[in-house]
Amino acid sequence: MAVKIMIPTPLRQYVGKQDQVEVEAKTVAEALSKLASEYSELRRHLYNQEGKLRSFVNVYLGDEDIRFLQKEQTPVNDNDVLSIVPSIAGGAAQ
Amino acid sequence: MATATLNAGSELSHDEILRYSRHLIMPEVGMEGQLKLKRAKVLCIGAGGLGSPLTLYLAAAGVGRLGIVDFDVVDVTNLQRQVIHGTADVGKPKLASAQASVREINPNVEVVGFETRLTSQNALQILQDFDIVVDGTDNFPTRYLVNDACVLLGKPNVYGSIFRFEGQASVFYAREGPCYRCLYPEPPPPGLVPSCAEGGVLGVLPGIVGCIQAMETIKLIIGQGRTLVGRLLVFDALGVKFRELKLQKNPDCPICGPHPTITKLIDYEQFCGIRGEEHTPVGIPEITPREVKKLMDELQPFVLIDVREPHEFQICRIPGSTLIPLGQVPKRMHELDSAHNIVVHCRSGQRSARAVELLIKAGFHKIHNLKGGILAWSDQVDPSVPKY
Repeated sequence: MAVKIMIPTPLRQYVGKQDQVEVEAKTVAEALSKLASEYSELRRHLYNQEGKLRSFVNVYLGDEDIRFLQKEQTPVNDNDVLSIVPSIAGGAAQ
Repeated sequence: MATATLNAGSELSHDEILRYSRHLIMPEVGMEGQLKLKRAKVLCIGAGGLGSPLTLYLAAAGVGRLGIVDFDVVDVTNLQRQVIHGTADVGKPKLASAQASVREINPNVEVVGFETRLTSQNALQILQDFDIVVDGTDNFPTRYLVNDACVLLGKPNVYGSIFRFEGQASVFYAREGPCYRCLYPEPPPPGLVPSCAEGGVLGVLPGIVGCIQAMETIKLIIGQGRTLVGRLLVFDALGVKFRELKLQKNPDCPICGPHPTITKLIDYEQFCGIRGEEHTPVGIPEITPREVKKLMDELQPFVLIDVREPHEFQICRIPGSTLIPLGQVPKRMHELDSAHNIVVHCRSGQRSARAVELLIKAGFHKIHNLKGGILAWSDQVDPSVPKY
């Protein structure tokens, strides 16, 4: 299934400045895994040390949060749009 | 303080009727809506990038009481986006500057200032006298603090955030929908998401998001339209795309869920993994700009590596430096000879500390971090190098 992944601006520097990347996948997990394999610098922003999706990064299939679908096992279809939505706060150095 | 406030929101003076005529002639607002605005008490947390447009528009709209929380001082680098402050305000407290701007726009507004950092010790007390809280803050610990305080007090939290070219907005109101923790149960670890100072921000972006926050606040007050409760608005300024994502209450939310484990305010710095003022990795060998200048004057051999980005290199550079942006250091460290003395610098010394840490792990031992970066170089050695 050809799936489009929308890349948020904070992460575009790791995917050659693209705002969207297309991958072939059957589930959300597969789509993200392919994305992280193709763009290895993105991996640490998406996954923690144990290989789990980081909790400050939300993933949406269309406009639905995958946490309320089947999480990373949510199946995807042709022309589905996945969005990565990280937590942002702007402003101060931390 | 204008005498109009003595009416305490029960009627509008002739001046006010004229001032708000463009609101009054719309059925969605009318006298009823304008009186609701006059009776409203809104707390704006932060008088910076988001707080600027937010406070200005709420003042213009006639919100009766505006609380402003900000302990910071106006810096010249703020003026690129914090339009509530002017050039003459540089060096002054942001609160005083914001209050003056609000008074100038609308003397009918009662401004209550809190020149303090919002903490777990004062948040509930500060927030409790207001109807609506608008989050214009710039850091994760305060965002979680504001969220939790709003949930515990049962108040709506009008959320907005920005980063470079991306903006988000929503209304977190635990009585009707999800809270901030439902969306993001945990913050990113410190250092993973750069600040505006490190990552930059398109100046007008917080202008747009702050205005959306003002708009949502006004709609909550007058009870018209559909607010962003249960929706996350994501704005891509580069592509000019607004997207709307559904937000749901997290049934396991530790604060607004049916089985809350958080029943009072916590230590948010600890929650966000921040310990005191320590930013740089510990134990990194450092060298001061004056010591580096001495090496240069004495013709001592060393290699100076700049780990900033190419566009920063365009702004200014230290003569003799070689640019290897931080992200490329792992791939390009083979270009360096570990037998050489190496000094690594960036803008302020934080990114270069991470580079030095990486290189030490890779076996480089004759290596130092330039303390304070090119900013300190400009201060201490060569003032002709511009600061940014």
